[in-house]
Amino acid sequence: MKIEGRAWKFGDHVDTDLIIPARFLNVSDKDELAKNCFADLRPDFVKGVRPGDVIIAGSNFGCGSSREHAPWAIKAAGIKVIVAKSFARIFYRNAFNIGLAILESEEAVDMLSDGDQVSADLSSGKLQALKSGRHFSAKPIPAFMREIIEAGGLINYVKLKKAA
Amino acid sequence: MSMTITEKILAVHSGKVSVVPGELIKVNVDIALANDITAPLAIRVFDEMGVKTVFDQEKIALVPDHFVPNKDIPSARQAKIVREFARRHNIKHYFELGDVGIEHVILPEKGIVVPGDLIIGADSHTCTYGALGAFSAGVGSTDLGVIMATGQTWLKVPATIKLVFEGTPSRWVCGKDLILYSIGLLGVEGANYKTLEFSGEVIKNLSMAQRLTMANMAVEAGAKNGIFEPDEITRAYMENRSSMQGSFLESDPDAEYEKVININVDQMEPQVALPHSPDNVYPVSEVDPVVLDQVFIGSCTNGRTEDLQIAADILKGRSVAHGVRLIVIPGSPHIYKESIKNGTIETLLDAGAVIGPPCCGPCLGGHMGVLAEGEKAVSTTNRNFIGRMGHPKSDVFLASPAIAAASAVLGRIGSPDELLQPKF
Repeated sequence: MKIEGRAWKFGDHVDTDLIIPARFLNVSDKDELAKNCFADLRPDFVKGVRPGDVIIAGSNFGCGSSREHAPWAIKAAGIKVIVAKSFARIFYRNAFNIGLAILESEEAVDMLSDGDQVSADLSSGKLQALKSGRHFSAKPIPAFMREIIEAGGLINYVKLKKAA
Repeated sequence: MSMTITEKILAVHSGKVSVVPGELIKVNVDIALANDITAPLAIRVFDEMGVKTVFDQEKIALVPDHFVPNKDIPSARQAKIVREFARRHNIKHYFELGDVGIEHVILPEKGIVVPGDLIIGADSHTCTYGALGAFSAGVGSTDLGVIMATGQTWLKVPATIKLVFEGTPSRWVCGKDLILYSIGLLGVEGANYKTLEFSGEVIKNLSMAQRLTMANMAVEAGAKNGIFEPDEITRAYMENRSSMQGSFLESDPDAEYEKVININVDQMEPQVALPHSPDNVYPVSEVDPVVLDQVFIGSCTNGRTEDLQIAADILKGRSVAHGVRLIVIPGSPHIYKESIKNGTIETLLDAGAVIGPPCCGPCLGGHMGVLAEGEKAVSTTNRNFIGRMGHPKSDVFLASPAIAAASAVLGRIGSPDELLQPKF
């Protein structure tokens, strides 16, 4: 799967309270959650984000609470892939489980700026900055986790396995 | 093959003789846990899977504790989803107001989790049960929904960092200070994907309440789990709580650790984590005497009888400073009752505290004590991220119940020593 869009750049240690503050956790509807994605940190995000856009972030993205509302809010806002230097453990699992692709690349994060146009190939982990033409390679995703993403998340993956 | 306690528990639950760090394993879960925020999503996943029955109605715990008593109509709806699911599937460990407390307080208290267990919860502070010598880790709602259906999940065996605490802690240094100091040392991602194993002379003498505080915050260093080897203190704690004794496992003397860090506590002061990160830790004497609006004593980190007692000992015969709101929330109905019987609640009320019903309270900024713009609070909780307890421009300082109580009296961040030994 290949996507293309604008880079939304974030720093290190973006915690799940910043992705979606707890005061918005009284609902579990995905579109409702998306309305408050990055509400305090980046109030322009929800209005500006377009399908195909990419989140670029520093290390330890998604640290803190286990709330799956965080990757859901991001996914429902239209993001298909997050590229970060590293991810917090629970967020990493949650993103795969709901079919939100995440890639790790120090170089891409260092070289890309907010607003850059980027393309990403989720199956190969290849990224490109469209203006400079520069290529970056993310760490390969373990095969079984790639299958989960391709199935659209853990539930569909389990269903497919059962059907097979 | 020699193993750590974590590796032993994972081996047992994956039906293997031994496991090594990095190995992907499928494990059988003893207790699957969710709360009123995370359970509704997990229930949706469970229903989407088209499964008719849960894997074991005695091995699921559903604890509405975050937004209860319900704060608004949407949160009441979430709690109702959990209640109806619990009824439909006859979930044994579902708790309703009057019986409910904070999930990570009541599961050990009621003997639902025991040493050697493998517990997976849709809450990041599920790591608390490591205090009992169990493996416990947080996951998201999808993982939990699948576990409710199958009783199994996959895990990567974590490498272990061993923290060895030696020396004699000074009067006000407690488990909270040891863990804040450790997080300051490791950083918020210093133990990402790893296990923290707590050991040493100081740990051997540490009460269960303080061990629970330490294991609770392992995740603030990024850890998958934090763990203590169960001992006589564990055995005494377990007595009369559960019909199951559990397995008392220990790390082999020649087990392999990724790192061993020795920490001498002789000179350690009480610690404070400054805004906006749990690893932004300083000794209390180096912290500016910030003027406070609110002090919160409670949560899955420090809402146990012993925590409230420490605070009451300091607040006895004193008053909360003018302009400071002191909120105290006992972690469970049992703790509430114990604290009434031993006089703690009366002391706290006399000092000017308000006592809330057992729940997560203001810890996560959604309910009961939310901070306004510019307000500053000392809190015995576990996170001080931007906006964690309310407005994004409010500040949270994490500390022990002793520091919180003293600060409530002083009206600024300070130590109990300042109350007991007036400066001339």
